[in-house]
Amino acid sequence: MNATGISRRDVLKTLALGAAGGSVLQVIPSEAAELAHQMVHKEKAAAPAGKYAPKYFTAKQYETLTSLCDTIIPKDEKSGGAVEAGAPEFIDLLTSENQEFQLALGGGLMWLDHYCTDHYEKIYLECTPEQRKEVIDLIAYRKNAKATPELHQGVAFFSFLRNMTCDGFYTSKIGIEDLQYIGNVTRSEWPGCPPLPE
Amino acid sequence: MAQITRSPKTYDVCVIGSGAGGGMAAKVLTEGGLDVVMLEAGPQVYPEKDYKMLMWPYELPHRGAGVGGRASENFGEFLAPNGAWQIEGEPYTSAPGANFQWFRSRIVGGRTNHWGRIALRFAPVDFLSKTRDGLGDDWPITYDDLAPYYDKVESYIGVFGTKENVPSAPDGVFLPPPKPRCTEILIKKACDKLNITCIPARLAILTKAHNGRLPCHYCGQCGRGCTTASNFSSSQVLLPPAMATGRLTLITGAMAREIAVGKDGKAEAVAYIDKATKTEKRVYAKAVVVAASACESARLLLNSKSALFPNGLGNSTGNVGKYLTDSVGSDGWGEIPALEKMPPHNHDGVGGMHYYMPWWKFDRKNDFPRGYHIEIGGGRELPGVGMFDDLCYDEEGYGVQLKRRARQVYGLGVGFSGRGEMIPNPDTYCELDPDKVDQWGIPVLRFHFRWSEYEIRQAKDMQETFKSIVEMMGGTYKTRTAIDGPYPFGIQAGGKIIHEVGTARMGANPQTSVLNGYCQTHDVKNVFVTDGGPLVTNPDKNPTLTIMALSWRASEYLLDEAKKGNV
Repeated sequence: MNATGISRRDVLKTLALGAAGGSVLQVIPSEAAELAHQMVHKEKAAAPAGKYAPKYFTAKQYETLTSLCDTIIPKDEKSGGAVEAGAPEFIDLLTSENQEFQLALGGGLMWLDHYCTDHYEKIYLECTPEQRKEVIDLIAYRKNAKATPELHQGVAFFSFLRNMTCDGFYTSKIGIEDLQYIGNVTRSEWPGCPPLPE
Repeated sequence: MAQITRSPKTYDVCVIGSGAGGGMAAKVLTEGGLDVVMLEAGPQVYPEKDYKMLMWPYELPHRGAGVGGRASENFGEFLAPNGAWQIEGEPYTSAPGANFQWFRSRIVGGRTNHWGRIALRFAPVDFLSKTRDGLGDDWPITYDDLAPYYDKVESYIGVFGTKENVPSAPDGVFLPPPKPRCTEILIKKACDKLNITCIPARLAILTKAHNGRLPCHYCGQCGRGCTTASNFSSSQVLLPPAMATGRLTLITGAMAREIAVGKDGKAEAVAYIDKATKTEKRVYAKAVVVAASACESARLLLNSKSALFPNGLGNSTGNVGKYLTDSVGSDGWGEIPALEKMPPHNHDGVGGMHYYMPWWKFDRKNDFPRGYHIEIGGGRELPGVGMFDDLCYDEEGYGVQLKRRARQVYGLGVGFSGRGEMIPNPDTYCELDPDKVDQWGIPVLRFHFRWSEYEIRQAKDMQETFKSIVEMMGGTYKTRTAIDGPYPFGIQAGGKIIHEVGTARMGANPQTSVLNGYCQTHDVKNVFVTDGGPLVTNPDKNPTLTIMALSWRASEYLLDEAKKGNV
């Protein structure tokens, strides 16, 4: 129950009854749907923001993952970045459930540390910002793997992580607002396309 | 010997399957006064609990990707309980060299819970295939036989559209269509210049209140299932009136195994596995309507072997499982810079296209038989998993630059899906796998599948058309397809379009068909098939509307025969 005295159950019941009528709320089901949607929002907002405990990655790996997510989609003048958007949690959850992801990402993170140890004698997180940029600039483009075959696995890893980070970011509230998507609401009529600017 | 539980009563009709065909049969038969028992292999559906309407991706821990990211294989986590390409414990096989994909739903309402709601009539010429070009066979019925039932189905379920007089796409009984989206206005302009017919789509979505159901609220998410039943599904639109008669008994978790035939050569019962107890049960009925989906129905008929019908019920001439087809499918997309000028706006609309292109080249010689229609999508859609995979591949890199590009290209994409007619060929059919059974002990299907040159040339034409439209719009066509290999010109694997039909086709000649024009098996007068099985051709019109029209017609015939005491 919330301050309005309407429980989510009431709302769902209204939705279920829909066409049959007999709503417990004096609203049409489309309004009830909107209400349900807002309630979920409020519940989410009210939940205590505890620190996320990774399900698959080790603490150190998760730190590296978080750093890479931040590199792939950082905060800029318009919006927050992938970390704020919860991309690392999302990636860890999916990885914990999928052995192929575990190889691609778990193995990929270890590859990155091996590469950095070989070239800088330090793991990725202990490298200087310049060194990190150097290695990321290498694995962020397919053409480098063509020139330097030893980068192949790194490029594949980064490409996969880039997709996953985008998925995590653009399915978040921050990411969706960044794109200025407007919708996922109920409306009583469909006005069509706004006037095309010329 | 273990006791088989038999139903205490004999029903008038046992309907197997609760989707478009089974739901329609249940409605017409119960409203006609018959006592019906329905077997559904899956559980009940609960829209208020099961449907994810209006949910944001971030409200789910998996954001729409599903456990382990695997939901994307089955169209994502947001869709209505929708089935899968692979069901644990219920395998199917493909013969060497064939790759057939079979999408099955195990739930009340079947695949109508999530389908695309595209509701297109077959055209008069679609019933006269052999007469037209010598390929395939003519139907035993004509468009005029089915037209009154198309009228009835559309009037009952609600379909929007416009009268256009396009010969390949007959008009129906329509609700007003929604206005076009911005992307669709631009696509139509380009099509007009290219002389490609582009008209309002025809979808089973309510643009006005209809038969006690609320109008669409334009959230653009029909595939998730609609808690207000503003679009069509069997579970929300056909089963409630059947239930309301008090004459429908629905048994869920009931996997039909065999139709048992009595000494008089008529079906007398359906044996099914009660999944909850893993025991076999039996319902007795005076007639059986098989509507388990084209291939599942073929499987059931083939598994219904008896002394009288050693090769399976309805299969005395060996036609069950033959003539299998799916739609030819090839997709593509382009990026349209002109859309950059559009200010952010709500682009959702109904859950599906507002405009489409019916087959328009019916009046000329093409290098393939028959035709295809084009479905359109794209624009400022609700962001989701995978949306920027192509961008990531094209742009690579990372950081603020990547983010800016995503912002820039969001909403500029337009997508096209060609859906065309496949001609049945002798290398494409399903049969019982001689070695395998599923977890219920029921022999499984083995598929044989081959695209012929006809379909491949059609896919090529689709790709060329998509490109020409995108370029006419001043955009860049982004899809690259191979010209050879297993999937030339982006043609999808057989089954992938989920329009598999023809496995129990109707025909005037019992030597080459399973059913007569009323979906009644030639062999056993009280067994009917009313899903995609009866379709003689699989024209470029999604089959669901026709399945329902055929089922309505067959059910009326069955009612009539029951009254006369003929079944």
